[in-house]
Amino acid sequence: MTQPVLDVRNLVKSFTVGDGIFDRLRFTGGKLLAPPKVVNAVNSVSLSIAPGEVLALVGESGCGKSTVAKTIARIHAPTSGEIRIDGKEVSCLNQKELRPVRRELQMIFQDPYASLNPRQRIKDIVIEPLRAQSDRRMSSSDIDAEAIKLLARVGLNAEQANRYPHQFSGGQRQRIGIARALSVRPKLIIADEPVSALDVSIQAQILNLMMDLRDEFGLSYLFVSHDLSVVHHIADRVAVMYLGFMVETASRDQLFATPRHPYTQALLSAAPNVDKALRKPQAEITGEVPSALNLPSGCCFRTRCPLAFARCAVERPALLPQRGGGSVACHLHDTVPEAFPT
Amino acid sequence: MAEPLLDLRELQTHFQTFGGLVKAVDGVSFNVKAGEIVGLVGESGGGKSVIGFSILGLVDPPGRIAGGEIRFDGRDISKLGEREMRNVRGRDIAMVFQDPMTSLNPVYTIGRQMDEVLRLHTNLDEAARRIRCIRMLEDVGISGAESRLDAYPHQFSGGMRQRVVIAIALLAGSRLIIADEPTTALDVTVQSQILKLMRRQVQETGAAMILITHDLAVVSEMADRVVVLYCGKVVERGLTEEVIRSPAHPYTRGLLDSIPRITDRQRRLRQIPGTVPDIRTLGAGCSFRGRCAHAQPLCAERSPELAPVRGSLDAACHFPLQETL
Ligand SMILES: Nc1ncnc2c1ncn2[C@@H]1O[C@H](COP(=O)(O)OP(=O)(O)OP(=O)(O)O)[C@@H](O)[C@H]1O
Ligand SMILES: Nc1ncnc2c1ncn2[C@@H]1O[C@H](COP(=O)(O)OP(=O)(O)OP(=O)(O)O)[C@@H](O)[C@H]1O
Ligand code: SF4
Ligand code: SF4
Ligand SMILES: [Mg+2]
Ligand SMILES: [Mg+2]
Repeated sequence: MTQPVLDVRNLVKSFTVGDGIFDRLRFTGGKLLAPPKVVNAVNSVSLSIAPGEVLALVGESGCGKSTVAKTIARIHAPTSGEIRIDGKEVSCLNQKELRPVRRELQMIFQDPYASLNPRQRIKDIVIEPLRAQSDRRMSSSDIDAEAIKLLARVGLNAEQANRYPHQFSGGQRQRIGIARALSVRPKLIIADEPVSALDVSIQAQILNLMMDLRDEFGLSYLFVSHDLSVVHHIADRVAVMYLGFMVETASRDQLFATPRHPYTQALLSAAPNVDKALRKPQAEITGEVPSALNLPSGCCFRTRCPLAFARCAVERPALLPQRGGGSVACHLHDTVPEAFPT
Repeated sequence: MAEPLLDLRELQTHFQTFGGLVKAVDGVSFNVKAGEIVGLVGESGGGKSVIGFSILGLVDPPGRIAGGEIRFDGRDISKLGEREMRNVRGRDIAMVFQDPMTSLNPVYTIGRQMDEVLRLHTNLDEAARRIRCIRMLEDVGISGAESRLDAYPHQFSGGMRQRVVIAIALLAGSRLIIADEPTTALDVTVQSQILKLMRRQVQETGAAMILITHDLAVVSEMADRVVVLYCGKVVERGLTEEVIRSPAHPYTRGLLDSIPRITDRQRRLRQIPGTVPDIRTLGAGCSFRGRCAHAQPLCAERSPELAPVRGSLDAACHFPLQETL
């Protein structure tokens, strides 16, 4: 088998929050304590992406998608777990050691404005990764020409190359971030909601561009999105997260045709749709949304799961491989298939 | 008939750039009545956000409102001074900004920023304000609301920040709410919860809402009427049902066609051919003509005026599309 471009095992990321120690001081049981407040943003996530493959990461707002993305890109240091990029373990590397890795991996950020330097012109922004990595010095006319070519691919024109980020609309800024990531032709692009700020016609243009690059250069994508129709178009495989846990992985066709985890089922039935006739009756999930500050016992989804039963409160379901491919973390799907292909 | 709460008449907002004058908003007219939701849709860079900024008087040089009127509750607020405008903002008109970090202050906790709104606009005491804030955070689906009040914006996820901004806008109880892409960062389950909350607020308080979005599915579920923008101009407007079911303008048709559908098997998405032209060099004629399959010689000569087509639909096109069944 070919080596995966990205291989993540048991990734955990938690943040300690809270203000200074004095704000956390509590007088409990006759003792003065300062319990740390911990956000369990990512709880043991494993995933891998083959060359040329698009893996979509979906799930509800706040479930940890961006944290997974940013930890893989080593913007955050992982709390524990392994991250291999093209076979190389990167979870413990320092920023300097990471430099050659960055050539293989680029990230498109969810929040485009915060990721663009407000004092740099657009043409300098999009060319920056290329300049940082090319061995030869680039002449300024080369830079301009390359920048304009990149901007054209995302539907921006040459005049706009001289402007600053605040002079662009929200969707235009997002496209600048995309052009920047594409500049070095990395092996893996981590795209955090790359098209959610875009109207449908530009969205189509960008998604088609991303697919073209994959066909042309064999790029792989970790594609974070909450938009299932976009995911359906672009993904080969889909990984569903809930509250920092991976609850289901499956090929795209399987996931959309027969979602197995109760959360995936709820997610698929809630999508708004212009084709009103096509809209399914909403299997709306109710119940309390648990907090990453205070994980429920047992199954992470049990407080909202319509199928929850006694065992769900005491035992946390493991993500188990399923007959027919993919894997599911739910006690209703815990029979290990007898003839699982090795 | 009741006078609309907000009435935009031929609004012009221009930016002076190195490359020339950008007419980001070029003669836009539409109105919004109390208790009504009007959807504003159109291509990225089409001028949607700038319309919102113009209404709130937030266009800074090199941009300026170059013409037209913004009538709010019967008076033109486009000519008010900054001091008067400050009273209008928040109390009368609130805006949910597209980029949540523009309205959240990174150095204050979420709780403090929410409390501020209530302190300015209500006379609740501190304990009551705290309870309202917690309730509001719960309403927008943020769990562990009480402990989240002490967190800072960077400790929230993208979608959580967006919801905090919505919570802040709804707290003030303004008469007009401009929501700029309020749910783009949200997954469908949270999105439908937020949309319901916003609709309930409009119904209960009789507020008016301008819903800026590129998502036609959201518009079709939320808005009473839709205004479609292209290159700073209104190209089509009408009742949501009619615009979605059988648009008269080729651009609206193109937008509807490029929506990815789960039922669709083809891999490549349909896209409107070409790109948005450079607004500075449009010249005469219809600004959509370079991308329009129905363009005729006339389209290059004369720019089409917004005119009634059928039913509630007004469109700016020389050859509007026939009704489709
Ligand atoms: N400060 C500025 N200086 C120059 N041009 C500007 C400035 N602000 C906005 N523009 C231009 O005005 C046009 C309209 O921008 P606007 O932000 O209203 O678009 P939008 O419809 O909200 O798009 P999106 O869906 O991408 O957010 C864009 O072409 C943008 O580049
Ligand atoms: N720097 C941080 N400090 C503390 N908590 C954080 C930090 N970054 C993220 N979190 C918390 O981690 C959890 C997951 O956040 P993350 O940004 O990964 O969510 P997401 O799945 O990307 O959501 P969205 O779709 O809304 O962007 C949230 O509860 C968030 O509050
Ligand atoms: S383990 Fe139980 S609570 Fe969790 S998803 Fe399955 S049935 Fe629902
Ligand atoms: S006026 Fe002409 S070019 Fe413009 S949209 Fe109508 S048919 Fe197309
Ligand atoms: Mg995110
Ligand atoms: Mg905008």
